[in-house]
Amino acid sequence: MSSEQQGVPDDIACQHLVEIVTDYLEGALDPETTAAVEYHLTLCAGCSEYIDQMRTTIRLVGHVPVDSLPATVRDELVAAFRDFHAG
Amino acid sequence: MVPEQVEVAVAVAVPPEDARPDDQLVARLRAGDPDAFVEIVDGWSSTMLRVARSFVSTEASAEEIVQETWLAVVRGLDGFEGRSSLRTWVFRILSNLAKTRGVREARTVPWSSLSLDDEGPTVDPDRFRGPDDDRWPGHWTEAGQPQPWHTSPVASAIGGEIRQMLAAALQLLPDRQRTVVSLRDIHGLSAEEVCTTLGISAANQRVLLHRARARLRSALEEYYYQDGPPAVTVEVTS
Repeated sequence: MSSEQQGVPDDIACQHLVEIVTDYLEGALDPETTAAVEYHLTLCAGCSEYIDQMRTTIRLVGHVPVDSLPATVRDELVAAFRDFHAG
Repeated sequence: MVPEQVEVAVAVAVPPEDARPDDQLVARLRAGDPDAFVEIVDGWSSTMLRVARSFVSTEASAEEIVQETWLAVVRGLDGFEGRSSLRTWVFRILSNLAKTRGVREARTVPWSSLSLDDEGPTVDPDRFRGPDDDRWPGHWTEAGQPQPWHTSPVASAIGGEIRQMLAAALQLLPDRQRTVVSLRDIHGLSAEEVCTTLGISAANQRVLLHRARARLRSALEEYYYQDGPPAVTVEVTS
């Protein structure tokens, strides 16, 4: 194979793939586009890396701490629940 | 415009709601079992705060809405008919209360339409070959191609520094993007739950999610590359 032929296929440009990567991960692409994305990923190290990084991002974001209800509010609610069922 | 089949594909991908565990939970709640109530208050309140916060302007207002919602749940449980899951029902009460409050505070987030924040490329166009490139137009340039981060799945899992950096990056996102990515990737809501709760289309949900994730990825990339491009050797993390 000449070096010209070893490149990624012309049907999806990397610049387009990075904009449909979420649709791909969400399973929202039609079957032809999904197949084209998957084919592209087998050939393109840059896009494979990009999609891995998107997956890593999703995983890491999942560890960001969340707000919780203040303990006093929570206790008041539980007391209201008890009262409602006692009365 | 987004083709119709895109919406359909997502609707099909969402698993049906499982009513079985709900039956037991609802029975315990109706019988006045405080443990059951504590379970759902502790389990769902963080997500409810996040939802409420997207409709009103302060944390305090969001807390009040969540509190009001739980009181409405306590009083209204007998009226729950089980046509949706209990969680969906609670979240519907929440978003109704939050919307009313948002209108009163004159803070209306335009959930139904996208804005300028939601347009344009998510990756710097300079990282790609131009349209006139004779070999691979639109493909990564050598310098623009993403380089491995060398994160070890275990070690990097999650240093406080990364957590802080991501929390800060989240704060910089436009409101709607922050809300959607938080509900999906932090609180674990499904795409359908996010659409229902916020009243947005499946297509807009994906646009907001995409832009938010792309910006967070880019923040991580900056973080990993802060000392120049990543070294070829794998970092040893203690």
